[in-house]
Amino acid sequence: MSIPILEVVDLHAAYGRIEVLRGVDLRVPRGAVVALLGPNGAGKSTLLKVISGQMEQTSGDIHLAGVHVAGAKPDELARLGLTTVPEGRSVFPNLSVEENLQLMSYAGVPASQVLDTAYSYFPRLHERRYQLAGTLSGGEQQMLALARALTSDPALLLLDELSMGLAPLIVDELYETVGQIAQTGVSILVVEQFARTALRIADYAAVMSGGRVVATGEPDEIGSIMADVILGGVA
Amino acid sequence: MSLLQVEDVVVQFGGVTAVNHATFEVVAGSVTGLIGPNGAGKTTCFNVITGLQRPTSGHVRFDGRDITRTAVHRRARRGIGRTFQRLEAFGSLTVADNVRVALDIHEGFRGIFRPGDHDVDELLERVGIAEYAAERADSIPTGTARLLELARALACQPRLLLLDEPSSGLDEAETEAFGALLVELAGEGCTVLMVEHDMDLVMSVCDEIHVLDFGSVIAAGTPAEIRVDPKVQRAYLGYSDEGQGAHVAESLDETKVLAR
Amino acid sequence: MDSFLSYTFIGLFTGAAYAIAASGLVLTYSTTRVFNIAHGAVGMVFAFVYWDFSQRQHMPAWLALALVLLVVAPAFGVFVQRVLTRGLGSQPIGVSLVVTVGILVGLIGVATQIWPPASRTVPQFFAGHLITLGNVVITWHQVLTVVLSGVVAGCLYLLLNRTRIGTAMRASVDNPDLLQLYGGRPQLVAALAWAIGTSLAALAGILLTPVIGLQYYDLTLLVISAYAAAMLGKLTSLPMTYVGAMGLGILQSYAVGYLPSAGNVAGLRAVVPTLFLFGIIVLLPQAPLRIGQVKGLVSAPVPTLGRASIWGGALVLFAMLLAVGLSTSNLLLLGTAATYAIVMLSLVLLTGYGGQVSLAQFTFAGVGAVAYAKIDQPNLFGLLVATLVAAAVGALVAIPVLRLTGLYLALATLAFAQLMDKLVFQASYAFQFNNPLHAERLSVLGLKIDGTGSYTVMMTIFFVLLALGVIAVRRGRLGRILIAMRDSQAACGTLGLDLRWLRVGLFAASAGIAGLAGALFAGLRGTIVANDFQFFASLLVLLVAVIWGVTSVTGAAIGGVFLMYLPVAQSDHANIAGLLFALLGFGAVALGRDPNGLANKIFGFNSWVVDRLYPALAERYPGMALRSRTDEWDGAVDGVDDESLAASGTEVERDVVVAG
Repeated sequence: MSIPILEVVDLHAAYGRIEVLRGVDLRVPRGAVVALLGPNGAGKSTLLKVISGQMEQTSGDIHLAGVHVAGAKPDELARLGLTTVPEGRSVFPNLSVEENLQLMSYAGVPASQVLDTAYSYFPRLHERRYQLAGTLSGGEQQMLALARALTSDPALLLLDELSMGLAPLIVDELYETVGQIAQTGVSILVVEQFARTALRIADYAAVMSGGRVVATGEPDEIGSIMADVILGGVA
Repeated sequence: MSLLQVEDVVVQFGGVTAVNHATFEVVAGSVTGLIGPNGAGKTTCFNVITGLQRPTSGHVRFDGRDITRTAVHRRARRGIGRTFQRLEAFGSLTVADNVRVALDIHEGFRGIFRPGDHDVDELLERVGIAEYAAERADSIPTGTARLLELARALACQPRLLLLDEPSSGLDEAETEAFGALLVELAGEGCTVLMVEHDMDLVMSVCDEIHVLDFGSVIAAGTPAEIRVDPKVQRAYLGYSDEGQGAHVAESLDETKVLAR
Repeated sequence: MDSFLSYTFIGLFTGAAYAIAASGLVLTYSTTRVFNIAHGAVGMVFAFVYWDFSQRQHMPAWLALALVLLVVAPAFGVFVQRVLTRGLGSQPIGVSLVVTVGILVGLIGVATQIWPPASRTVPQFFAGHLITLGNVVITWHQVLTVVLSGVVAGCLYLLLNRTRIGTAMRASVDNPDLLQLYGGRPQLVAALAWAIGTSLAALAGILLTPVIGLQYYDLTLLVISAYAAAMLGKLTSLPMTYVGAMGLGILQSYAVGYLPSAGNVAGLRAVVPTLFLFGIIVLLPQAPLRIGQVKGLVSAPVPTLGRASIWGGALVLFAMLLAVGLSTSNLLLLGTAATYAIVMLSLVLLTGYGGQVSLAQFTFAGVGAVAYAKIDQPNLFGLLVATLVAAAVGALVAIPVLRLTGLYLALATLAFAQLMDKLVFQASYAFQFNNPLHAERLSVLGLKIDGTGSYTVMMTIFFVLLALGVIAVRRGRLGRILIAMRDSQAACGTLGLDLRWLRVGLFAASAGIAGLAGALFAGLRGTIVANDFQFFASLLVLLVAVIWGVTSVTGAAIGGVFLMYLPVAQSDHANIAGLLFALLGFGAVALGRDPNGLANKIFGFNSWVVDRLYPALAERYPGMALRSRTDEWDGAVDGVDDESLAASGTEVERDVVVAG
């Protein structure tokens, strides 16, 4: 078996004295889509923050494509091919759509190519290219954020709660795009509260609870227990 | 009789609508739940009710009076208390001083004659964190800090108590005790409105539940009604093919086993 | 009509220079959230550097200008961003104010050290070239300035809108963390913003120097005009900043041209920017209460009243001993130290406990002094009235900015200090220009305290009493509320606290204490002049208070003595007078992030001995029966916490496996 694109080993992280990650083990095989599910407060977003370099672990190791990364800054990781679309609206509200897209060229793809790709996937962004991103609808903002995942040709893509606050139809549309990205061979780790939506595009799934990965498996197995985990009362 | 009325409230940040024509009521003496997926606008609703966020449009009525433009501290003095999802305990004070300061603020000049620390001890005892009294508030676990915020809010003798994810960070036994406390409070005439993700807790203590999704109220009713509402299923588990909702409803009824 | 036209042109010229300075301020503030009070001082220093290059070293003007604007100033800007103000954007606003005030004072020190006071002139660019339009004469220098402001605006527009790094700059205003996830380098963006901002401050300073002269303070206060203009654009919009700058320049020019040059309103002409700033601050909309996770601060320990009384008694006894032994001139210094110490007490209350920053504390002392001298009641009643007058003035400053927080209140105090310096203290109902006021020494309950020695002892007693009062406040209800307010405004609001009036009351109380210090000082000296209460002294008081610890009464006492000694040291060692200011300023930059200051380090010594030294010694010499304190409680909580959560974790795992 080839080296996984991402391997997390016994990862611990804390906000002050409150430990949020309590020994996370997780692998994302090359070219695979892994859905990371779990109830609120399980530590999913924190895990993504540590992987993307926004937060420092207290102990444990992260290997990206077999390389041990420690203390790397988010911008360094980003230029190395790790694309993170964080939770919430991850666009610059006071910049126009086109300017947002131009900033996506840091990962090495020329700006003109970024624009072409983004507009061909999302024609709606082309219509609004001079509009400030903050005035777009929530779904359009998320399309813009996703455009970075499309255009930056990432080695690994981290998606955090793409669906937050969006109507189901729009979520479906967004995940169709994520599916297309996956078909081009990009490895994706997707954190999602809508278990079913994420499981539809996933090759593997992992469930987090209480700061640990408590179950991993095929989407079907995991899917059958997710309703229990989320609505069943796991805090 | 409804104590709180949220009428057609809209909150927009830039182009994003956080609360979208939300309308709901909270009956006096009840424990009411406000649930919904992440980003549904629950905390924003709380901020609108307490005055920390001015709504783009719509009204908030408390006890029959329009308080939409009333200052934060005046609403508090009329009897609206709250806790915060992201903790707002006074970190450089001790746990006991956190409650003491709330009493100080609430009682104003009358408080100068407050006899001893009886009230403080009683409040800490009531929420079950008396053992932490001498600790600095920024050094206690999250769950304890949430209970501290509750004690602090209770010090002001609110008529309406807004709790924002109060049980996260509590263990099973603590959650149970907490649920009992809520029911007790409601019995004493302190109405509770609670944002909560622990469905067991919500289903067991709430008299009524409002479900918020994309900033709008998509369902309201008793726990039993909410449990089988397909719209709620969809809001929580995502858009799905017809027929699957029923399956989930079944599994919902079955699941009571999982501890945190 | 002709004079109107020429005033308009002069106004455009001034406005253009303001616009250049203000756009630099906006650039640095909006990209890094550090409000640089030292912006004007930066312009001042580089005006001196330009003079040094072009006049002393006889470089051609263009070369000197290019060197300053393209090499020295940007390098300094990067240094300030990287070293002095790094990470300040996420700190409380008080910290970044103190640090940048430190830079301001430090830069004035550096300038006086390298270029001691002397007559220096910087010629205009293209000196002697004039344009005549009818009867209106315009210099090429003025035209150049206006053109340059247009060029700066154009370049900034192109940079910010047409380049990727410029777009990144605007992006980092929105969300620096996200920019980092995009692969952008926020540090590079911040460094570039400070390089350009510093360069623009330098350019504005150099352009204004031929008109307002090469002086330490006037150019430093240029910052007020820049703030005023930038504030119109809410510190973020460059076009509005330009509008504000031009409007302000023209307004100021008309004020010079058309307001009477004598009488009580004469001073108005000098304070147009200040009034402009005040007006804009007052019109700003209500700031929302901040919500967010709260990290408590570690405060200096607060002594019990009994213990503090013992120390206070000892201090008074010591002052009595000194009163017997010291010469009159040294006693006057001791009294001055007591004055400073009392003013610093007012900062302990306001800044140390309340978290608000005032840049006008010595101005309030001046108000108290003037009131005491004017009502001519040298007794406790007169003292009380002086205190109340200062408190009322303090409330008057705070009320207009009631709705606003931190930065704006501090800026309002700076504007107020400036207003008092230039307008009120100079007016006939206060000092008049350079006119000393006489004040008699105090009599307490009919007993006249005439001797300098006994007066000094009395001032020490006042200090001790006020210090005990401040400690009592801190230990009491109000102190708890103040700390709570500092920790979380949102929580205080939702508990029913009206933060606005508490803030005004706090501000008034603090101004009152400062006013009392001023009144006592007036009695000590017998004669006082406006210069005793210059705004610069307020900055020094703030810095020294922070260095020695603005959260403790001890810090105020030591700080008072230290600040008294500063001018003495400066006159004893005139050759390093500027260096001492520089040390003070940059000392505050270094220590400003810890409001507990050096005094807290002294408090910590005892526990250091017990916690660190004893165990270390005990390990090395097991024979010595040294005991160390252990923090058992901490460990216990951690253990329990982890265990319970670990247990629940395994439970979930088991269940999930069963379910799957």
